[in-house]
Amino acid sequence: MARYLLTRAWQSALTLLLSTIVVFVGVRALPGDPALALAGEDRSPEALDAIRRHYGLDQPLPVQFAQYVERVAQGDFGVSIRTGTPVSSMLTTALPVTVELSVLAIAIASLLGVGAGVLAAVRRGRPAEWLANALALIGLSVPHFWLGLLAILYLSVATGLFPASGFVPLLEDPLDNLHHIVLPAVILGTGLAAIIMRQTRSAMLDSLSSDYVRTAKAKGLRPRAVVTRHALRNSLIVVVTVVGLQLGGLISGAVVTEQIFGLPGFGKMTIDAVFQRDYPVIQAVVLLTATAYIVINFFVDLLYSVIDPRIRVTGDPA
Amino acid sequence: MTVLTVPMAETDAVSITRRTRVLRRLRRNPLAVVSFVVLALAAAVALLSPWLAPYSVDQTDFARTFAPPGTSGHLLGTDDLGRDVLSRIMLGARASLQVGLLAVATSLVIGVPLGLAAGYFRAWDAVISRFTDLLLAFPFLIMAVGLAAIRGASLGNAAVAIGIAQIPGVIRVVRSDTLRLKSLDFVAAAVVDGASDLWVLARHILPNATSVILVQATVAIPAAILGEAVLSFLGLGIQPPAPSLGTMLATAQQFAARAPWAAVLPGVVIMGLALAFNVFGDALRDALDPKGDRR
Repeated sequence: MARYLLTRAWQSALTLLLSTIVVFVGVRALPGDPALALAGEDRSPEALDAIRRHYGLDQPLPVQFAQYVERVAQGDFGVSIRTGTPVSSMLTTALPVTVELSVLAIAIASLLGVGAGVLAAVRRGRPAEWLANALALIGLSVPHFWLGLLAILYLSVATGLFPASGFVPLLEDPLDNLHHIVLPAVILGTGLAAIIMRQTRSAMLDSLSSDYVRTAKAKGLRPRAVVTRHALRNSLIVVVTVVGLQLGGLISGAVVTEQIFGLPGFGKMTIDAVFQRDYPVIQAVVLLTATAYIVINFFVDLLYSVIDPRIRVTGDPA
Repeated sequence: MTVLTVPMAETDAVSITRRTRVLRRLRRNPLAVVSFVVLALAAAVALLSPWLAPYSVDQTDFARTFAPPGTSGHLLGTDDLGRDVLSRIMLGARASLQVGLLAVATSLVIGVPLGLAAGYFRAWDAVISRFTDLLLAFPFLIMAVGLAAIRGASLGNAAVAIGIAQIPGVIRVVRSDTLRLKSLDFVAAAVVDGASDLWVLARHILPNATSVILVQATVAIPAAILGEAVLSFLGLGIQPPAPSLGTMLATAQQFAARAPWAAVLPGVVIMGLALAFNVFGDALRDALDPKGDRR
């Protein structure tokens, strides 16, 4: 266990270092002088010199990299070119929205996906399986930002059941917050639900035909208990795996969903930054996404070894 | 004497029967047939769209903006600038397929050699795994954001961003199939016979890995099509006035109250394309599965 943990920690740290280098080099690959990009409107030679000194752009690259890592480690992502506010304070307001949206979406997707997957496996060859499979295929194929558009058009605007856009912070009014975020979360969760459903179904089919389930049936356990107590246990691993693997897709999805529903989160910040050529913000966004991916997947792997002891022994998540 | 005969990867006779078996299974699956016909039609329309489209994609008609579907001369209506929606959908679908193929080609060109190397050479495995981890840390949208910031937004950059994001998936399936094939007798026999690593990879492993690569490509294309739609919708992909299903939806969002159909049609086409690929991919995987007949 300790060996596995150490290996994974070392691998994650290495990936983190590499991705920081990629982001650092990527910013240097921007067209033109980075000082010019950072300067925004004020492009006097004095201002450019000040920026070069402040960001250490007059230093050799390895020194610049070390300084960059040092600043980032202290939470200093620079200042937005457009608004003049520190990027870190933009992040503190934007991130909670995205985290809430994603967590809610994962919860909805897990409920729908595991439920439909179990149903499809248990009702093999019946209409329920066919329907669940069809829905999963559609869920994989539908552009979910389009579903969001339709939901706004036919649910929010037409019936007024849900607000079409906007956001209320969770701490300000939890109910109103939920009212604003539930529709985007359902939309974001659809694609993930489809993937979880398909994985759950095949995992369930495998375990339902396994020896230990046959034993459980043979000793006279009720069918429901066989499913919940023996077969369903494995679907927990499925959910954890899918969420870990699909985290990148989830982040991409959150960006679009926020854009459509006008949620003031990480995604909207990202897209605005691209169009305003707000390089410090883009840099912070890319680096933070990579970091979040690496750190969360490290914990997913840990969780894995807790759920499935076999991984602890062999050190290889099958 | 027969014991010493080195078996080939698959003799020609074996591969022919295997191919006919797979084709027979596909033909017997109605979903496979329907999705294949849909894809063939879509490909034909996409190829011929410059000639099939009733109007030029940027021919505006300000006297007839927001014409509903069924208006004479405009089967699917017109948009905010009076442009023909059917023509724009045809060329938009063409662009979607282009990005889909370009992205998947990118991911295969880079991913297949890396997957083979990772599975075949133990020493390379760790290095390539770190490379995969690194790629995974940048989701396609973030990759596209970065590329758009550095090189500007375009169809090509969108396809490259999506393709790069799909590389880890290709590496994973090719690597695991290479590991499986490497442990089989015919590969060991070739090595004993003195075949070089490159020869074994090119002549024995790659040909036998084509089926997993094919399935991977079939499921990667719809993902790339959806990705293109997302990027173009956000303005990070195909740039207006070039037609794209994603940008059509972005415009439709602004005018959704006046012309709701404009928000429906391009989405239906995107979904139809992706669905056809996904259904066909499923059918193909079932047909290629050696256990298929017993299930």
